[in-house]
Amino acid sequence: MEGMAVRLQNLRKSFGRTEAVAGVDLEIADGEFFSMLGPSGSGKTTVLRMIAGFEAPTGGTIELGGADVTRRAPFERDVHTVFQDYALFPHMTLEQNVAYSLKVRKVPKAERLARAREALASVRLEDFGTRRPAQLSGGQRQRVALARALVGRPKVLLLDEPLGALDLKLREQMQVELKAIQRDTGITFVFVTHDQEEALTMSDRIAVFNKGRIEQVGTPAQIYERPATPFVAGFVGTSNLLTGDAAEQVVGDRATYSVRPEKIHVLKESAAAEPEHDSATGTVAEVVYLGGATRFLVDLDAGGRLTALQQNLETSSEDVAALRGSRVRLQWHRRHNFPVPHDPSTHDPSTEGPLAKDPAHT
Amino acid sequence: MTDTAPAAGSVRRLAGALYRRPRLQLSLLLSAPLAWLVLAYLGSLTVLFLSAFWTTDSFTSNVVKIWNADNFTALLTTDVYRQVALRSVGVALAVTALCILIAFPIAFYTARIASPRRRPLLVVAILTPLWASYLVKAYAWRLILAQGGLLDWVLGPLGIKGPGYGLTATILVLTYLWLPYMILPIHAGLEQLPVSLLDASADLGARTGRTFRSVVLPMILPSVAAGSVFTFSLSLGDYIAVQIVGGKTQLIGNIIYSNITLDLPLAAALGTVPVVIIVLYLLAVRRTGALSSL
Repeated sequence: MEGMAVRLQNLRKSFGRTEAVAGVDLEIADGEFFSMLGPSGSGKTTVLRMIAGFEAPTGGTIELGGADVTRRAPFERDVHTVFQDYALFPHMTLEQNVAYSLKVRKVPKAERLARAREALASVRLEDFGTRRPAQLSGGQRQRVALARALVGRPKVLLLDEPLGALDLKLREQMQVELKAIQRDTGITFVFVTHDQEEALTMSDRIAVFNKGRIEQVGTPAQIYERPATPFVAGFVGTSNLLTGDAAEQVVGDRATYSVRPEKIHVLKESAAAEPEHDSATGTVAEVVYLGGATRFLVDLDAGGRLTALQQNLETSSEDVAALRGSRVRLQWHRRHNFPVPHDPSTHDPSTEGPLAKDPAHT
Repeated sequence: MTDTAPAAGSVRRLAGALYRRPRLQLSLLLSAPLAWLVLAYLGSLTVLFLSAFWTTDSFTSNVVKIWNADNFTALLTTDVYRQVALRSVGVALAVTALCILIAFPIAFYTARIASPRRRPLLVVAILTPLWASYLVKAYAWRLILAQGGLLDWVLGPLGIKGPGYGLTATILVLTYLWLPYMILPIHAGLEQLPVSLLDASADLGARTGRTFRSVVLPMILPSVAAGSVFTFSLSLGDYIAVQIVGGKTQLIGNIIYSNITLDLPLAAALGTVPVVIIVLYLLAVRRTGALSSL
């Protein structure tokens, strides 16, 4: 198939009796920024390690640029990896680290030094070439790892939670930088993360993993606005589910519906209902001041609890605290209701993991 | 003062007094072992060195306490002693090199390939030979190496003869004896080597051989150096193995041993030779950074 950087067919991996990857089919286009998102243990890192060649699949095939590489060693594949722990060689200088892939490929010394320096300059570490990894901060090491993986111009770059060890500010900065590098180089990025916000920010497309399988593949907007399964609804963003009686009273249909918290307006109870909108009254159970926004947890009179997120345009933290226990009306446009297909095999993840966060919680 | 303040018993008071005087605590901790170290350890070395400046009555073999440097002059000017010293260093280096060659694949298996559950068992298996008496093991090798012995019998069909007793046999037996001291540090070093570094090397295009040369070897070098300190110094000081399987081979160790009853001052002077060589060796090893990771 033309234009496919990575193609996985029925990929499987078992460790002893546990099935880490249980049949994954995936096509990643040339030049795409593709994220594999899921909780730890969902199989996303194992898939990445199989693409790199560190793990041999138990079943299925891996194609890179149209060629079957399932049985090839890592050094026979045109992919480079940015490791979670960076895996910089501690006994080499930064220049030697970055030039390693060129040296292995017997690029002449002058050329590989020039290219290593250029790569270090592209991550703003040109003055650190003769230092060793131990003398760098976490963020700097991360950038060296990136330069080392990019200098050989691989067809595909694999990134295994590369920002996981960085603090928040650095992480946000690196997200922007990574995206820019990907756009400039045109290299296909396959990015593994458990941070849904990171995936939504950077990706062209996302695959959501759960229990060794892919639950949904789509653009960030598709994943966020139209989750295909309750798991995706819960893992990406806050799952605000209306079920049973509540769904019947509010939406008018006895099914499971989800509304994203930021779509919901918090109004006075007496406010009139607008056309094309659904609304429900309830009592504010909890108010969380988040700085830029406020999160309301509202117990509905119809049953169930919804989370609503409001920008703090004029409110202050004192105003917000006074709202606890007050009566409110929640209102949102009907187009923001989306039905969630019921899948008995996956239960609601918002109750099981600490990873389900709403996007404003940073 | 609060209600929870403990009752002030005399032991508790003493403990409190000590707690406030860390220097006194430290001196109580270290005075006995330090005394042992200085008196017994350094003291005996000093006595050895001093007695090397005495002479011996060549008729009675009694020590004559007349100060001179004749023994050291003899060491430096007599060809035999120089040859023996060189031969001993050569044997120690050969044993060290052989141990490295044999230990590496074993340690690689025990530290990286064997399942984590089996690793402790394998380490115990490596240590097991150390529990058997050194003498017994050396004599076992005497039987193996004897003319018409096990080795000759095994090699016979191939048309090869065993080395018999001599220099080769000595190197062989010393390698056998000290191998565990080389496997253990390399095992420890390989076990600490992050897997991701090996993955990264392969990922960047390096075949196994290149990964070994460029990543594994440089990172494991301190461990190898640490192991070589053991194999080198143990080989240099050995005198039993060479007596049992060495045939007519002379090494520093057995020359010292045979001189102890005849000419103690000369034996003492000879005894300083391995000490000096090992100090030089340690200085060389220090440059690899091995000692800082001990």
